[in-house]
Amino acid sequence: MTELRYNHAVNRAMADAMAADPTVVLFGEDVAGAGGVYGATRGLRDKFGADRVRDTPISEAAIVGMAVGAALSGLKPIVEISFIDFMTFAMDAVVNQAAKMRTMFGAQCSVPMVLRTQHGGGAGSGPQHSQCLEAWFAHVPGLKVVCPADPASAYGLLRAAIVDPDPVIVIEHKALYATRVPEPDSLPILPIGKAAVLRPGRDLTIVSYGAALRAVSDAAATLAKEGIETEILDLRSIQPWDEAAVLASLARTHRLMIVHEAVEAFGVGAEIAARMADIGFDELDAPILRVGAPFMPSPVAKALERRYMPNADNILAAARRLLA
Amino acid sequence: MGKTSDIARARRLYRTVLTIRRAEEALAVLLAEGLIPGFIHLSIGQEAVAAGVMDALTPVDTVTSTHRGHGHAIAKGMGLDAFFAELLGRDSGACRGRGGSMHVADISRGMLGANGIVAAGMPIALGSALAHQILGRDAVAVAIFGDGAMAEGLLHECLNLARLWNLPVLFVCENNGWGEFLPTDRQIVFSLDKLAAAHGIAHVAVDGNDVAAVASKAAEVVAGVRKGGGPAILECHTTRVGGHYEGDPQRGRDPADRAANAARDPLIRARAALTEPDAAKIEAEVTAEIAAAVAFARAAPPPKWEDAAASVYTI
Ligand SMILES: Cc1ncc(C[n+]2csc(CCOP(=O)(O)OP(=O)(O)O)c2C)c(N)n1
Ligand SMILES: [Mg+2]
Repeated sequence: MTELRYNHAVNRAMADAMAADPTVVLFGEDVAGAGGVYGATRGLRDKFGADRVRDTPISEAAIVGMAVGAALSGLKPIVEISFIDFMTFAMDAVVNQAAKMRTMFGAQCSVPMVLRTQHGGGAGSGPQHSQCLEAWFAHVPGLKVVCPADPASAYGLLRAAIVDPDPVIVIEHKALYATRVPEPDSLPILPIGKAAVLRPGRDLTIVSYGAALRAVSDAAATLAKEGIETEILDLRSIQPWDEAAVLASLARTHRLMIVHEAVEAFGVGAEIAARMADIGFDELDAPILRVGAPFMPSPVAKALERRYMPNADNILAAARRLLA
Repeated sequence: MGKTSDIARARRLYRTVLTIRRAEEALAVLLAEGLIPGFIHLSIGQEAVAAGVMDALTPVDTVTSTHRGHGHAIAKGMGLDAFFAELLGRDSGACRGRGGSMHVADISRGMLGANGIVAAGMPIALGSALAHQILGRDAVAVAIFGDGAMAEGLLHECLNLARLWNLPVLFVCENNGWGEFLPTDRQIVFSLDKLAAAHGIAHVAVDGNDVAAVASKAAEVVAGVRKGGGPAILECHTTRVGGHYEGDPQRGRDPADRAANAARDPLIRARAALTEPDAAKIEAEVTAEIAAAVAFARAAPPPKWEDAAASVYTI
């Protein structure tokens, strides 16, 4: 049986997009010769040439700023920033330039660029290589943010990001690159802003995204053995996020938890909880709970990192509070 | 001088320098009236850089500018109605009143925006140059920056990348000796020619208050970049006659420095290349154009709140 690996899905999305549109270009550190830190860009330079697939020097601020200018002048650049932690050097180009240009230039232009990066822990990579910073970007009007959790989403969301006329940050997860699924019959482009119900259930809703969904699925399996049916929503897209899908699920289960690997405080979960407490108030039979990382930098030691990341145990504990 | 083309060029350059000067003088009045939101950075004394550099460009060439970008926008072809309406925050402004002074942009004319962030326009110009290169356009990109931006690390990243990829980009430094309220010789220990040499990039210096000199040097340098010679730097030594922003009390600035700047006035020098009737004719025309544009902007309606958020995303 042929299988589809997450990093191969990412690669195929770029290859298909580049074949379909000669204005799509790719650049970043080690994307051309080495094929990317996680192998997601392997072979693309051979397919599309050194003009369109380029290794850059280690100059994040310049290369992301360059993507903005390229997007304004007729290209559709994809830039790989190999760790989301390195986006700190590129923040001006993302936040002050790409995100605002369409608005501040009175809709004269859009900025069709994609920033591919990856986040997350589990590999002992420490405080400067494990962060989940998606909420930073979701907080900035003008940006779109997606977090694919599986190979098909990695393909479908990246294709959508590349054709999208606005800047999109595609955040992959380092622990997902080697994950695989049976080769799907078809790989559709997935709409940005739409969540997916991964598991239907009637007793509680867990909204999550990215690699944290694995712990959520484990917890749901345990709960199922006890006769508790969890509805799992994969948000897929963080900005915009699928408010309607979350509300519809809440209306079915009346109990809501949000799980993410990012620090819990001021995170994506906080936004979802606040919105649902407002527009979903009448549906709620229990307080909305969040499970995320504690307010501290990511640890290196395995013993600490295991506890730091959301896991089936703390999700189960929260579920029991929710159902009590 | 004497050839028809030289006379035409001198007229054209004087007209641009004068238009920028009169436009910014009008802005000072409008600001004092409370009609301009925020603060504005005037380029009085520096107009010859904008006029001379843009004279070397075609409409498909692209430019990124700075917080002091009014002159660049006007010289790149932004219409005066759109310019003044934008400065007044009106819906008929170049950016529908959403950008204002520090974000004047006219994408259709290759003016990719003034910029409120020091040095931020440089990599954008690089990207535009990359697009020109990959798409096989006969075009160059121009990154305008102030001498203060030389202290930003981004300049180094951009010079390195531009050379590495042989990008069709011209870096234009408006060296006015100031970065906000501190002379740049108290901020920066290196000179741009040495930095350029370290990156293997040609560096040309010019008196930025002599519009004819700027125009001919720019034409020469742009031609080289256009032919595929890779990046170049044009350093224009110029004078910021006023303060950092309009209304800046300029505490601690030596009055002699201001007087010396006035003596190098690029407007007077540009005028000297023309006959009196020629200059007077241009002056009458420019004065009328500015008056009409200011009247247009004053009467223009403000943007509507109802569609204020509509352009954040395309879809
Ligand atoms: C990144 C950043 N830092 C600081 C500022 C505040 N600031 C605005 S203009 C300016 C001085 C810039 O000097 P220069 O580049 O020489 O331009 P000039 O004002 O002389 O035209 C500063 C520090 C800013 N806008 N952006
Ligand atoms: Mg300066």
